[in-house]
Amino acid sequence: MKILVCISHVPDTTSKINFTNGDAEFDTNGVQFVINANDEYALTRAIWFKEKQGATVTVVNVGGADTEPTLRKALAIGADEAIRVNAVPTDGLFVAKQLAEVVKNGGYDLVLAGKESLDYNGGMVPGMLAAILGYDFINSCEGIEVDGTAVKAIRQIDGGKETISGKLPVVIGGQKGLVDEKDLRIPNMRGIMAARTKALTVLEPVGADVATKAVKFEKPAAKSACKMIAPDNLDELINLLHNEAKVI
Amino acid sequence: MSVLIYAESAEGKFKKVALELASYAKKVADSLGTTVTAVTVNASDVSELGKYGVDKVLKVSSDKLNTFNAKAYADVIKQAAQKEGAKLVVLSSSTDSLYAAPAVAIGLNAGFASNVIALPESTAPFVVKRTGFSNKAFNFTEISSDVKVIALGKNSFGLVEASGAATAEDFAPSLNDADFSLKVEGVEKVSGKVTIADADVVVSGGRGMKGPENWGMLEDLAEVLGAALACSKPVSDVGWRSHEEHVGQTGKPVAANLYIAVGISGAIQHIAGVNSSKVKVVINTDPEAPFFKVADYGIVGDAFQVLPQLVEKLKEFKAKNA
Repeated sequence: MKILVCISHVPDTTSKINFTNGDAEFDTNGVQFVINANDEYALTRAIWFKEKQGATVTVVNVGGADTEPTLRKALAIGADEAIRVNAVPTDGLFVAKQLAEVVKNGGYDLVLAGKESLDYNGGMVPGMLAAILGYDFINSCEGIEVDGTAVKAIRQIDGGKETISGKLPVVIGGQKGLVDEKDLRIPNMRGIMAARTKALTVLEPVGADVATKAVKFEKPAAKSACKMIAPDNLDELINLLHNEAKVI
Repeated sequence: MSVLIYAESAEGKFKKVALELASYAKKVADSLGTTVTAVTVNASDVSELGKYGVDKVLKVSSDKLNTFNAKAYADVIKQAAQKEGAKLVVLSSSTDSLYAAPAVAIGLNAGFASNVIALPESTAPFVVKRTGFSNKAFNFTEISSDVKVIALGKNSFGLVEASGAATAEDFAPSLNDADFSLKVEGVEKVSGKVTIADADVVVSGGRGMKGPENWGMLEDLAEVLGAALACSKPVSDVGWRSHEEHVGQTGKPVAANLYIAVGISGAIQHIAGVNSSKVKVVINTDPEAPFFKVADYGIVGDAFQVLPQLVEKLKEFKAKNA
C-alpha cells in the first residue's frame, strides 16, 4: 500500500498570534512551527500501517523552504520520503490542486490528511482533493482499518459516530482518535539521523487559480473584565445570566 | 446573485442551524436585491423556512438519501445551485455540511470560506469575516470566484423572523451511482441526551472535579439547564469521561450561547476550542486560573459546595419563570 500523508506546517498552539504589514499578513516572528496536530494523528496511523501491514509512507507539504524542518521531523518519526511543493499555500483550492497532482503522479492508494489545519482552520483541503481526484472521502475520521483494498472507517458525526466501508483509493480527513495520543511519536536520535539521508524532493507547483485570499486580519477586541460573584451569592449569577446576558 | 442555502433536517424537522442560515441568507439577499432559495432533503413540511426569509424551497425526496452521504448531498446542492443560477451557496458548520462543502465548491468551481461569523463586510468584492488561528484571530477573506460557497458558524448570526411564505417545488436531481460507493454500516448516536453539537448550553468539567464519581453534580446542572456535558482534555485522557465529550482545540469545538467551565483552569488549547461561545462562566478554586481572564462571570469557590446550591437555585428560578 502506498500512503501519502499531507502535512501542514502550523504555529505551535501556544504561539502568540500577531499580524504585520498593516494587519494584512501573519507575523511569523518568534513563532515556533510544528506538524499540524490533526496531521500528526494521520502520520502516526500511516506509520502503524507501515509497521504492521507493510506500506510505504510519503509525506507532502505545500510550502516554502522554511517548512522543510517540519517535513524532516515527519521523516524522523518514520515516513520514508518527503515531497515539498515549492509554493506559498495562499488558498485551500490551490493547495488541493497541488496535492492532486502529487497523488496522480505517485499512484497513492490511501491519502491521509488532518481534517483541518490549526492556523487558517479552513477545513477544505482534504475534501477538495478527493473531489478533484474523484476519490471517496471520509471526513472527521477517528478510526481506519485497511484489509487488502477494503477500507473500514469510523467517522465522527454530530451526536455520535458512524462506521463506513469502502474501497481504496480513498482520502481521509483525520483527527484525534486515529491513534491514541500516547502513541504519537517523538523523533529519537536514530530517527533524526536516518531522516538526514531520506529523500526530500522539491517539486515546482502546477498552475492553479486562486479563489480566496485573506485580505486582513483582526484580533478580538480586549474583553471587559470578568465579573466576579461571591460563591454564596448565586442568585446574583442567575440574575446576571437572565437579565444581563440573556442566556437563561 | 441569488442565494441558495442547504437547510439541514433530521427526521423531517429542520435543525436550528437551518433557520439561522435562512435568517442570514435573507439579510444577504436583501442587500443584493435578490431572493433566497433553500434546498431540502426528505423534509416534509417546509413552511417553517418561509418564516425566516426563504422565498422558495426545492424539495428533494429520495430513499437513497435517507442516510447522509457527502458525495451525493454535494451533488444535490450543486445541481440546485445550478438550477437556480445561485452565485452564493450558504451551508452550516455542522459536521455533515462541512463534510460536503468542499465537494460543493469543487463542483461549482467556487471559492469556499468556512467559519464565517458575520454578514459580508462587502459584496463587491465579496469579503467575509471568519475565525482563524483557533479563535485567536479573525480573518477577512475575499472570495473572487463567480460562484461562492460559505459555511456559517453556529450561533454567529441568530434567528431573525421575516414576513413571507415560501413556495415549494419538487426537485429531482440526477443521482450518480458512483456517489454511493461508500456504505454506512452502522450509526451510534447518543440518544436522550443533548449533544455538544446541538446544545445552546454546555456544562464542562475539568480535573478540579477530582474524579469521575463526582460527575453527578455536573449532570444535575446540565439537566436543569438542558445542557450538553463536556470535559477538558486531561479528563478524557485519564479516562474519567469519554473522548466524545472532550472539547478544545483537538477535541470538539463549542460555539454555545452559554459555556460553564467547572474546575478547568483554562489551558490555551481548551480556551481556543470554546472561545466562540457567547457567554462563559468559570467556577474554580484558584483565583489565578487563566480561564478567568476570558470569562464573563467568575466564581472563586469550591465546585462541591457551589454546584449543589446552583442546581437548587436554578430549579427555583425555572419554577418561577416556567
